[in-house]
Amino acid sequence: MSEHSRRHEHEHFHYSEEDVQREVTELEGKSATAARIFDLRRIIGGLFVLYGVIVTITGITDSQAEIDKAQGININLWTGIGMLLLGIFFLAWLKLRPTPPSLPPEGLPEEKENKE
Amino acid sequence: MQTPTYAPTELAAELRLPTNGLDYTILAIYFVVVLGIGFAARRSVKTSLDFFLSGRSLPAWITGLAFISANLAATEILGMAANSAQYGAYTVHWYWIGAIPAMVFLGLVMMPFYYGSKVRSVPEFLLLRFDRGAHLLSSILFAFAAILIAGVNLYALAIVVEALLGWPQWVAIVVAGAFVLAYITLGGLSSAIYNEVLQFFVILAALIPITVLGLKKVGGWSGLTDKLTATHGPDFTTAWGGTGIGSTNPLGANWLTIVLGLGFVLSFGYWTTNFAEVQRALSAKNLSASQRTPLIAAYPKIFIVFLVMIPGLVAAALIPHFGTPASGYQYNDAIPFLMQELLPNGVLGIAVTGLLAAFMAGMAANVSSFNTVFTNDIWGRYVVRGREDSYYVRFGRLITAVGVVASIGTAFLASSFSNIMAYLQTLFSFFNVPMFVVFIVGMFWKRASAKSGFWGLLAGTVTAMVNYFVFYKKGIIAIPSDQGANFVSAIAGFVAGAVVMFAVSLFTSPKPAEELRGLVYGTRSPGMAEPPAPGDEAWYRKPALLGWGAVVLAAACYIPFSF
Repeated sequence: MSEHSRRHEHEHFHYSEEDVQREVTELEGKSATAARIFDLRRIIGGLFVLYGVIVTITGITDSQAEIDKAQGININLWTGIGMLLLGIFFLAWLKLRPTPPSLPPEGLPEEKENKE
Repeated sequence: MQTPTYAPTELAAELRLPTNGLDYTILAIYFVVVLGIGFAARRSVKTSLDFFLSGRSLPAWITGLAFISANLAATEILGMAANSAQYGAYTVHWYWIGAIPAMVFLGLVMMPFYYGSKVRSVPEFLLLRFDRGAHLLSSILFAFAAILIAGVNLYALAIVVEALLGWPQWVAIVVAGAFVLAYITLGGLSSAIYNEVLQFFVILAALIPITVLGLKKVGGWSGLTDKLTATHGPDFTTAWGGTGIGSTNPLGANWLTIVLGLGFVLSFGYWTTNFAEVQRALSAKNLSASQRTPLIAAYPKIFIVFLVMIPGLVAAALIPHFGTPASGYQYNDAIPFLMQELLPNGVLGIAVTGLLAAFMAGMAANVSSFNTVFTNDIWGRYVVRGREDSYYVRFGRLITAVGVVASIGTAFLASSFSNIMAYLQTLFSFFNVPMFVVFIVGMFWKRASAKSGFWGLLAGTVTAMVNYFVFYKKGIIAIPSDQGANFVSAIAGFVAGAVVMFAVSLFTSPKPAEELRGLVYGTRSPGMAEPPAPGDEAWYRKPALLGWGAVVLAAACYIPFSF
């Protein structure tokens, strides 16, 4: 690429802040992260809802022995509910303040694997 | 690592956890999601900037949580619980004085220089401020340290997995290495950062139940302090008891070495110049978001200490002589012991997942910063220069694989030395402190000459090593513990670096003022005038308010532990 060879000719003697700024600004212009990265809130929300459901159900079906082990607290139930609420919080946040419109619609990770 | 904590060298064999299919299901789901993030992030990688710095485009809450997660590796979690079981409430110093002021300083004072100059790594900043000597030396030291730390994380993971789940060490090392390799080569830094944010929440879900149940078991906070006061003396549950100069305490440090060594030199060195941390802030989408990265991280950091200290204290209160050979447990066993004792299947699976996630994230943070420095600062500048951008992305992926394989090598290397991790932790404090002195002098003293950077870095590194290996290890000066010795090495390295920089600057010519714009305090870089993003004027997004709020909160947290 011509801009690179230009930079390196120049840099051979000296490498200045202007060089970095030019180079990085140019790369920022071509960067695809902002446009293509998926919204992490969906992943956190989904995982914690799933974990929350699994652990809450475990808590509901726990025997007295498990509750006794955890000092008389049904820790699975409480942790499960906590995780479920956290998951719902992230999904609600995503719903209320969706990904900015400059980004393409999001898909599930599975849909993106066939890319490239 | 920031501090010389006790990385798990051995865990008691009787800690095998009663895991069942449910726990393994929870673990398997996590591994699937980790890989899914890697695949999904892959399409966002187009340029080298995407691969190494997420295109400088992530929001502050993501980079902030990744910043704290990169620090919250499992060696830190197990190590700080061990520290608490051994030394008691002194552990709070590593958080409230040993982290918060430095994080706030990074956000308020240093990020404008780092982010505004558009450098892609910490060594690149040294290249601009000083010269190629300082740049190459710091790049090599960093790359070397990052691989060693990644290997230590991997080895520590293998030991814990062997003790808790019964997998052979090599299986754990290869499996974890393969997962980290897969998701970083696929998605680059974005993938590492996204996984770190996820790990943060899983770790909280693991530590909170352990802490709550542990406190319940010992009869609440008052029950805990009563028991510990009876067995370990009244200073054990205070922050400052016994730290007067001349008095003795198990930490082997007085208030002055705590404040200067830990609170200033060690902590500022780690938080402000360790690229594994700073990289997270550099990937933020604008200057305000990059400044808020360490500040958002500071708030969880203030409170995480309770989640690691309380389990450590509970273990010390429950088992007489916990950590000594008489009890059959190591200090490192505190959290695994409570997991085994208190957690039923289900939450147990979450806790195991959290620990494994923390080990992998600790390794990934080092690998992702290693590949950036190696590709941009060493390979792209001194070996193969001027190739097209996509070449450097391919090379970054390749070097990630090399880095992971090298980490697996250093993990096996670590496993052949019984006590190597305590030494490694100490070694790493050598690498951060001299880097910090070069930064702080270079950033605040414009007369510091181009040559002074290299010599200051070299002098600081050598002095810290000499102090540790010669003066402390050979007993020439008497310091009661490794921790105490580290604080002294840090101060000595800092002073030596500063003195050498001053002396070299006197005899060499300064850098021209126009080359220092945006790199030295009080100047602005030519291209830095970036318009603020809409919404950043909101009061809760003001860096100054967030930063000072964290400092005040951390100081207030000391009050109940000081009397």
